[in-house]
Amino acid sequence: MSNAPKAAIAPPFPGIVGDAIVWIDARFPLVKLYKEQVGDYHAPKNFNFWYYFGSLAMLILVMQIVTGIFLTMNYKPDAKFAFASVEYIMRDVSWGWLIRYMHSTGASMFFLVVYLHMMRGLMYGSYRKPRELLWIFGCMIYLALMAEAFFGYLLPWGQMSYWGAQVIINLFGAIPIIGDDLAVWIRGDFSISDATLNRFFAFHVIALPLVLLGLVSAHLVALHEVGSNNPDGIEINKDIDPLTGTPKDGIPFHPYYTLKDVVGVVVFLAVFSAIVFFAPEMGGYFLEAPNFIQADPLKTPEHIAPVWYFTPFYAMLRAVPSMLGSQFPGVAVMGAATMILFILPWLDRGKVKSVRYRGPIYKRFLTAFVISFLVLGYLGVVPTTVWGQLSKGLPLIGGADVATIVARVLTVVYFAFFILMPWYTKADKEKPEPERVTF
Amino acid sequence: MTAIVLNQVDPKKRRFLIVASSVVGAGAAAAVAVPFVASMLPSARAAAAGAPVLVDMNKIEPGQLLTVEFRGAPHWVVKRTPEMVAQLDKHDALLADSKSDSSKQPEYAKNPARSLKPEIFVARGVCTHLGCTPTFRKEIGAADLGADWPGGYFCPCHQSKFDMSGRVFAGMPAPSNLVIPPYQFLSDTSLLIGDDSKGA
Repeated sequence: MSNAPKAAIAPPFPGIVGDAIVWIDARFPLVKLYKEQVGDYHAPKNFNFWYYFGSLAMLILVMQIVTGIFLTMNYKPDAKFAFASVEYIMRDVSWGWLIRYMHSTGASMFFLVVYLHMMRGLMYGSYRKPRELLWIFGCMIYLALMAEAFFGYLLPWGQMSYWGAQVIINLFGAIPIIGDDLAVWIRGDFSISDATLNRFFAFHVIALPLVLLGLVSAHLVALHEVGSNNPDGIEINKDIDPLTGTPKDGIPFHPYYTLKDVVGVVVFLAVFSAIVFFAPEMGGYFLEAPNFIQADPLKTPEHIAPVWYFTPFYAMLRAVPSMLGSQFPGVAVMGAATMILFILPWLDRGKVKSVRYRGPIYKRFLTAFVISFLVLGYLGVVPTTVWGQLSKGLPLIGGADVATIVARVLTVVYFAFFILMPWYTKADKEKPEPERVTF
Repeated sequence: MTAIVLNQVDPKKRRFLIVASSVVGAGAAAAVAVPFVASMLPSARAAAAGAPVLVDMNKIEPGQLLTVEFRGAPHWVVKRTPEMVAQLDKHDALLADSKSDSSKQPEYAKNPARSLKPEIFVARGVCTHLGCTPTFRKEIGAADLGADWPGGYFCPCHQSKFDMSGRVFAGMPAPSNLVIPPYQFLSDTSLLIGDDSKGA
C-alpha cells in the first residue's frame, strides 16, 4: 500500500512534495480519492456544449458561498436595520456594491445554469437506469435551491421582498385545515415581521447551504459511481479496452474535461461580468424595482411578480381557478409541477435514452414541453390582462383573460409531457442506437 | 470460524433488539424535536402584541368607522345607522357571495349583516385581493361609484367594491368577502376583537 502510490505519484512530484504526498497517503486516501473522482474517472469522449453547465453550477455555488460570507459581515438581519444595511453595503462598504451584485446576479445565473443542466438531462435521458438516484439528488438540489432563493429574497427587506414572501407564505396558508396555523408557524408571528426576517436569515446562511453542500456531494458521488451519460445515451462501460481496463470511449476527466470546463468558465465569467458591471438589475428581472423601496406592511405594490426563475410555476398558480373559495387547487398544481420531476425515471418506457434516437412523437412532446415552460415563464412576469379579454359572447370562457386561458392550456401541456410519457415513449418509432459514441 | 460465529448469533433476537432500540431512539429524537419546532411559534412578545383588542363603543357615533390595529392589520368597527341596516338585503343581485358561503367569518357572522348585532359591523380592513386597505364610502349613489352604489367600501388599488357588510360585488378582482375576525361583546359598550371564547 505505502509503496505503490509512491511509484505512481513520484514522476510528476519529485522531492519533498512527493514525500509529503506519500506521508499523507499512508494516513488518508488522498491519491485514491483523486484517482477515483478525477484522474482515473473516465468520462465519455463525446461530451458537447450541454455538458458545461454542471461544472458551472459548482462554480456559482462556490461564488455564492464566498460572496454570501462577505455580505453577512455588514448585513443586519433586523427589520429596523436590514434595508439600510443593504444600502450601506452598496454605498459605503469598500467594493460592497461588487460583492452584492455578484451575489444577486449569481442567484439568477445559478437558476439559468441549473435549468440548462436539467434540460441536458431531459434531452439525453440522463435520468434513466442506472442514474435514477443521481437524478433524484439533482431534483432535491433544485428544491433546496428554490428554498434558498426564496429565503434570500426577503433579506433586503424591500417592498417586493415583503410582499413576495407574503404571497408565498399565504400559499401554505391555503392548505386545508392546518394552513392558518402552518403560516403562523413559518412566520413566527401573525404577519411577516422581524421574527420572520431573522429566521429566514438563519435558513438562508446556515441551514440550506449545508443541505445544498451535502446534496451536491451525494450528486457527485452517485455520478462517479454510475459514470456520466453522454449525448448518444449509450453506456460506455459496456465496451472496455482489455489492455487498459478502461472504457474505449472514455477519456480521463483530467486533463481532458478539466481543460474543456475551463473554457466554459472563461466564457461564463465574461457574460457574468458584463451583467454585474453593466446591467446588474437586468431591467428589473434580476432585482425588481419595488425592492428599492423599504418594506411597508400597509401598502401593496401595484403589480406583484416573483423573480423570473419562479414565474413558470407562479403562472400555473394563477391559472388554476380557486375552487370552493380556496386557493388550494392552484397551490397543489404548483407543488405537483415540481414533484413530478422525481418520478420521471419511471415514466419513461423508451428503449433508447437520447433524443437523437427517439421517434417523432417524443420530439414533439419535448418541444411542446419546452415551449410551455418558456411561455408560462413569460406569463408569470406580466399581469394577466396582457393579451386582453375574450369577447363576452363565448360560452364558458367568455370574458376571461386571454393570458389566463393560454396559461391553463400550457399547464395541461406541461403535465401531459409527464403523465402521458409511459404511453407515447412506448408507442414511438425509435431509431437504432450506435454501438460506439458518435461525435 | 465463520460457521461457529454464525451459530452463536440468534438473528431473531438481533433483529428485535435493532428494531426496539431504533424505535426508542426515534422516540427520543421526536421528543427533542418538540422544543425546536415550538421555538418557531410566535414568541411571548409576539403573542402579546397579537393579543385581543378592547374597543370602547362609546367612542363611535352612528355612521362612523373606527380603525384599530390587531395583529399588524387594520380592523374596522362601524356603527351602522338603521338606514344602512335596512339597505343590506336590497342589492343581493349585485354581489358575488351574498350568503358568504365561500368567505371567511365566524359562524355567528354568517348572515346578511355579517355581524353579531346588525348595527355593529366588525371586519378586517384588508382587501381579499392583494391586501390593500379599502376606503369607507357610505354615501349612497356616490357620483364616481355609480347610481346603484348602496354605500360600502371601495379599494383604491384595484377598484374592488364591497357593500356595508363587506360583501364583494360580482366581477371584482377580490375573490371573496372581507374577513370577519372572531369577536364578542363583553358588555353593551365594550367590544373585544380577536377572541370569542367564553370567559375571555
